[in-house]
Amino acid sequence: MSAEQILQYIFAGITVGSIYAFVAIGYNIIYNATGIINFAQGEFVMLGGMIAYTFSQYMPLLPAIILAVIITSAIGGLIESVFIRRMKKNSVLGMIVVTIGISILLREASLYVWDEQIRALRFFTGSEISSVNIFGARISPQVLWVLGVTIVLVIVMFLFFKFTLTGQAMRACSENSRAAKLCGIRTDSMVNLSFMLSAGIGALGGCVVSPLTQTHYAMGTDLAIKGFIVAILGGLGNATAAVAAGILLGLIESFSISILPMAYKDVVSIVILLVILLVKPSGIFGSVQASSMKDY
Amino acid sequence: MTELADLSDPLLQIRGLDKSFGGLHAVDNVSFDVMPGTIKAVIGPNGAGKTTLFNMIAGFLPPDSGKVHFRDILLTGMQPFQVAQEGFLRTFQNLKLSSHLSVLNNVLLGYHTRSSAGFFSGMLSLKRSRMEERRAVETVMPILEWLNLDNKCDIEVGNLSFGNQRAVELARALAADPAMLLLDEPASGLNMHETEDLAERIQEICSQGRTVLLVEHDMSLVMDISHEIVVLNFGKKIAEGTPSEIQKNDDVIRIYLGGDDA
Amino acid sequence: MKRYSPLLILAGTVIVIQLLTLITGKAFLLTQLTMSAYYVLVAAGLCMVMGYAGQISLGQAGFFAIGGYTTAFLTTIDFSGKTATAVYKILDSMGLLISKENLYGDTVIHISPWISLLAAVIIAAGTAYFLGVPVLRLKGHYLAMATMGFGIIIYRIVLGTPFLGEADGITNVPEFIIFPGVNVSGDFTSRVGNYYIAWLLVIVGMFLLLNLINSRVGRALRSLHGSEDAADSMGVDTARYKVNVFVIGAVFAAVAGFFMTHYNGGIGPSEAGVAKSVRYVAIVAVGGMANLWGSLVMGLVLNFLSLRGVFGHFDDAVFGVILVLMMMFMPEGFIRKSVFNDLKTVILRLLKKEPEKFKQGAEIND
Repeated sequence: MSAEQILQYIFAGITVGSIYAFVAIGYNIIYNATGIINFAQGEFVMLGGMIAYTFSQYMPLLPAIILAVIITSAIGGLIESVFIRRMKKNSVLGMIVVTIGISILLREASLYVWDEQIRALRFFTGSEISSVNIFGARISPQVLWVLGVTIVLVIVMFLFFKFTLTGQAMRACSENSRAAKLCGIRTDSMVNLSFMLSAGIGALGGCVVSPLTQTHYAMGTDLAIKGFIVAILGGLGNATAAVAAGILLGLIESFSISILPMAYKDVVSIVILLVILLVKPSGIFGSVQASSMKDY
Repeated sequence: MTELADLSDPLLQIRGLDKSFGGLHAVDNVSFDVMPGTIKAVIGPNGAGKTTLFNMIAGFLPPDSGKVHFRDILLTGMQPFQVAQEGFLRTFQNLKLSSHLSVLNNVLLGYHTRSSAGFFSGMLSLKRSRMEERRAVETVMPILEWLNLDNKCDIEVGNLSFGNQRAVELARALAADPAMLLLDEPASGLNMHETEDLAERIQEICSQGRTVLLVEHDMSLVMDISHEIVVLNFGKKIAEGTPSEIQKNDDVIRIYLGGDDA
Repeated sequence: MKRYSPLLILAGTVIVIQLLTLITGKAFLLTQLTMSAYYVLVAAGLCMVMGYAGQISLGQAGFFAIGGYTTAFLTTIDFSGKTATAVYKILDSMGLLISKENLYGDTVIHISPWISLLAAVIIAAGTAYFLGVPVLRLKGHYLAMATMGFGIIIYRIVLGTPFLGEADGITNVPEFIIFPGVNVSGDFTSRVGNYYIAWLLVIVGMFLLLNLINSRVGRALRSLHGSEDAADSMGVDTARYKVNVFVIGAVFAAVAGFFMTHYNGGIGPSEAGVAKSVRYVAIVAVGGMANLWGSLVMGLVLNFLSLRGVFGHFDDAVFGVILVLMMMFMPEGFIRKSVFNDLKTVILRLLKKEPEKFKQGAEIND
């Protein structure tokens, strides 16, 4: 393998890895607020890409993406207030089943709205043939966009949870929802906000990678499991670690293609998941604390 | 220990059990014996490490160090189900019942270790398996009668009163014909009348030749029925003796009557 | 014997339905009813794992695929050009090869499906065992994701492996001759026979599982669903029991996959998809989780409607709606025990009073 090839693989890995990280961060936000793993997380990514694509037919890219993020957030909030909040029995099994059901509904609705065609958003700068030269490897400028947005997201998330009142309130809810309630924090709206936030983040991710990896109505399931692998790898609840883990998984997948048939790419990552779950459920980058949540 | 005075060997030997959670030393080098056919109680204020001790004895929590011997079997390191298979049964402070199953089925679960039908004979409903089921029901019925549960056999456990649920848990443990019974706060959540009733039951259980070890808050219950008492405070054993000895023990009095240096 | 009366009613219903299709001239419905029966078998196995033992599995379709693909692969190997090989000689001397002419008049020699049935069961059970031992230590979300991961692995393998036909799957799977005259195949003339084979299999499966539920093992399984600590403290080796029931569920799925593949004459990767696994979960959920009869009824109804194309483009969406609505409004399932028990007593009462002929009439009405 030549040095350029290796670089190509690395950048490809980082790109897919970033999208996994977006999904994993979405998992983390909802998991922290509710203890639920939202199996419909991958569908938010798909929705973001699809909605932005539709709007981009009629307007410039930036407003289209903003609209897509806002609409997907609203869908996320709606899902929480219509379905999750009204669950009669709050069992883990029930939550798993209901979010799987929701993921099917979102997927089928998208199939109805956008049909089976694979779509791709316009490149943010340049086109599919334009490239930047980095250390001799030719990289699409979109890869830089993906990286940039991921970094900005992590910083914004950090600032939000650390310094804004809402962010602190959400953290308080995740640590002890009853205590938070007693302190006057409206935990209900915090849970709702967590769904909106994670839907919006998913949608943003869906927009940024759409030009490279394209958007398809059925892409959600694979993203859901990959995002979960990353969330577990990074230790549930940690955004920075999720990005690191996402990129790690992306790189592993990227390089596995050079050894194994393309179709077995997913097999590799799922085997990694199984091994982590069995050996170190707290994650590679995670704290031991998270492993006490094994019950969920 | 009164090795010279007592000829029989202890049924349960606890030696140097130790457990820390982070910086908290929950159980600190605790040792004691339980003689066969007796009722022994472990008492102590909240957070004294009683339940932790219990979970270690029953195999639900591995100790950091120390050993538990039952007869000459080493219980430490065994899985809870293996401990139960040795005839060493426990109940739980926060009832652990299968609330969607009937009373009878819950109690029959206690008979599990005394029967052997596996997946195949179960699926094929072999005669051996059916005979065993019948024998199981015949065995547990007297226990249900004894605890006044015989008219509630078909009720789902989740629909019973708390007191009755406690009784089901006791019946379930007895169905296993245990040589030794560990009762974790058996009186918590019971009213006075029910507690008195429970005291009688425990004594009867003991008179059937079973050994009882219990953790309890209710001092009067403990003083009434126990032959021996172990007092824990902050994970340490601070006293051991007969109820009357314990009642006179200065350390114990200080803890229970609000010592400020405890 | 009293507890087998529901099985007799089931058998009666099966016969009545066949007669009805005959009378009304709608014998073509038997095809979908046969396929539904095999799906019911898969759901029944999952019902034991998820409903009774409380262990969620999102990889049940994987075991179905293992059963189907094992036999599809093994029975489509043509030995006609390999008569000199040692494998051929050994198999031939044991009488395990079947020789026949294909459409073009060439001789095809393939392995007896009995061998592949054995292989399917062994591979499924082995996979379930080696997956189950580590994975069933997990709970809740982790178990769900791990089993779903297993399902995706199987899907990817069948989709990406050339000798498993990749996206096209495997076709031209020969018929399975149980004994001369009775064979599992899509052959038009044996439609009625196949309908009975499938439902006989369901009845046998139900017999085994109902027995199991009512046995010592079944009680232990149900109690570990309620509280694993409780079962543990009463001497139940919960880890082993969970694995065993997982293996049983897998074997049921694999057997169903085996028969379905011979019935359809082939199998494709969609049978291994996550969507299929979710479907089985939906069926068990609507059936009332810990309710084998519920899984049977809903498995029959939903699969039959789906196979008939009643749901049209909304086929998957219907299962999504079912999952969401059930969990929100009826977590106890659509076919609740109480409702079902009432129905059972009504039927039993009718059975006692009415003469033999009426037996089946009572059943149709419900």
